[in-house]
Amino acid sequence: MIKVEHLKKYYGDFLAVNDLSFEIGEGAVYGFLGPNGAGKSTTMNIITGCLSPTEGKVTVSGYDILEEPIRAKRMIGYLPEHPPLYQQETPVEYLRFVGQAKGLRGEKLEKAIESVIELTGIQSVSGRLISALSKGYQQRVGIAQALLGDPEVIILDEPTVGLDPIQIIEIRDLIKKLGENHTVIFSSHILSEVQTICEKVLIIAKGELIAFDTPENLEKIEQEKCAVHLTVLGGPEETVQALSEFFGEESGRYSIDDSASEEPSDTTKVRIQTDGGDTKALCRDLFFHFAAKNLALTEMTTERASLEKIFVELTEQSAEREVEKK
Amino acid sequence: MTPVLKHELRAHFHTLSTWLFMAFLLAFVGIGAMLYNIQAAVANFEYVLQFVCIGLVVIIPVLTMRVFAEEKKQKTDQLLYALPLRTSGIVLGKYLALLVIFLIPTAIIAVYPLVFSKYGDVFLLTSYGSMLAFFIMGAALISVGLFISTLTENQGFAAGIAIVVFLLNYYSVRLSEYVSKGAVGSVIALSVLLLALTALIYILTKSSNLAIGVLCVGAVLLAAVWRFNRGLFENLLPTIMSKLSFFDRFYVFVNGVFDIGSIVFYLTVIVFFLFLSVQSLEKRRYN
Repeated sequence: MIKVEHLKKYYGDFLAVNDLSFEIGEGAVYGFLGPNGAGKSTTMNIITGCLSPTEGKVTVSGYDILEEPIRAKRMIGYLPEHPPLYQQETPVEYLRFVGQAKGLRGEKLEKAIESVIELTGIQSVSGRLISALSKGYQQRVGIAQALLGDPEVIILDEPTVGLDPIQIIEIRDLIKKLGENHTVIFSSHILSEVQTICEKVLIIAKGELIAFDTPENLEKIEQEKCAVHLTVLGGPEETVQALSEFFGEESGRYSIDDSASEEPSDTTKVRIQTDGGDTKALCRDLFFHFAAKNLALTEMTTERASLEKIFVELTEQSAEREVEKK
Repeated sequence: MTPVLKHELRAHFHTLSTWLFMAFLLAFVGIGAMLYNIQAAVANFEYVLQFVCIGLVVIIPVLTMRVFAEEKKQKTDQLLYALPLRTSGIVLGKYLALLVIFLIPTAIIAVYPLVFSKYGDVFLLTSYGSMLAFFIMGAALISVGLFISTLTENQGFAAGIAIVVFLLNYYSVRLSEYVSKGAVGSVIALSVLLLALTALIYILTKSSNLAIGVLCVGAVLLAAVWRFNRGLFENLLPTIMSKLSFFDRFYVFVNGVFDIGSIVFYLTVIVFFLFLSVQSLEKRRYN
């Protein structure tokens, strides 16, 4: 459906997208994940023809976005990062213009407008000026614009930003529903959001594709990066003793967290790295081990790897691979 | 093109500056008609149009300033790029909308000579001939204003630059009397123009090779003419300045001559600046 080949984009001297290649199939929801400034919006702008790549090629259903832009763009509905709305118009007037530009006429146009208004739930505000709408409703009008004309590919750049929690759930459901018979690509920097609704996840950082995988596989990486924090009622010596008995040779797994050592305390803080196995079982074993040693645990928390950590991990991996290649 | 034209027309009628443009144009014509046709009892309506020219210098930038600057500011230009529209279609649609807006007051103005002809002998042929030229000249000015609007996202800046450009053009004939008539002066002025052109090409295309190429070709041409036919430079600068004057060409129509050459000049200007506008918009995608 969408084929991106060796995409490169320079802003002056700044390399925003570096040799990005991937292929996106039909009828699924794809999540586009990356920290701020990773090149998500730039890539989306290039795919939709809003921006020209410095190098590389994008084809949509076989149509090159630069050589046959009209045909390629007819296949795409796009919501940019800032919803491009004419503030002095009502949503209906705005959607009528977009529909006409997408080649819809007459009855077909009116029906299409009605259906996207219903889909995005903006019936109640469809007659008010866009400038008078709240951010959430403006975002929905932007999404409605992208859905208009039933394009085969729908690209949404951070569609849930600025919405309240109920609206976020509604939009996520909408994206899921659209994924049944459209190809949907949406970007986000919220890992859980992408995990819940996507069939495939693309992770980019610093303009490079560092993972293109199913959410399940990403979760594995996430689990490997988990940690368990303990607060032990007892001195550091006894704690280390207990830990070394528990872990045996894997002494690298735990570390004493002495950042809070200024205040005199009778507790010791420990950070334990998980190994990708069952975290709950690890917690249970730790609990009974320390109980048997007559050391009380006053606190035990598990820390899930943040998206940033996964990025760091994945980018480090890709950097290592680079070095190996050389 | 048609969706942009329709959309733009509707947007114009929701914009204060469009109404101001029409109101001021009609006011200027009304004052002119009162001064020339009623008080001075002159039967030539074309003098009124000549009187209105200086007004165009200010009100056309007011009309054209928002056309592209506003899109960029509201970030709606991204929508135009993403929709299946050609850049040339977008520019043409917006330009035609501006012409329609200009046509509305012109149609009202067209009634004046008919009304006056009820009360005396009005030279209808020269009146309407000038009016046609007036419209085409206005269309040329609008194309320049449109181009300037593609360069910035600040409407005030777009209007300011356009007013300065139009004023320089308005006074270019008078200024040409003060510039050097000698060959050296012409060469210096042409060199400066060449540098400015090079800079413009570089800004629009971001291609340093093309800009340097144009600069080199221009410099070689200048040097060759200087070497072999220095006489060509004599009086060249004042001639160019008055030839480029939109308004000076219009006064020929006011004097009762329908100058086809000037019509061709205006049309060429329109095509040139619409082309530049398309390039300027395309270039934004390469940023």
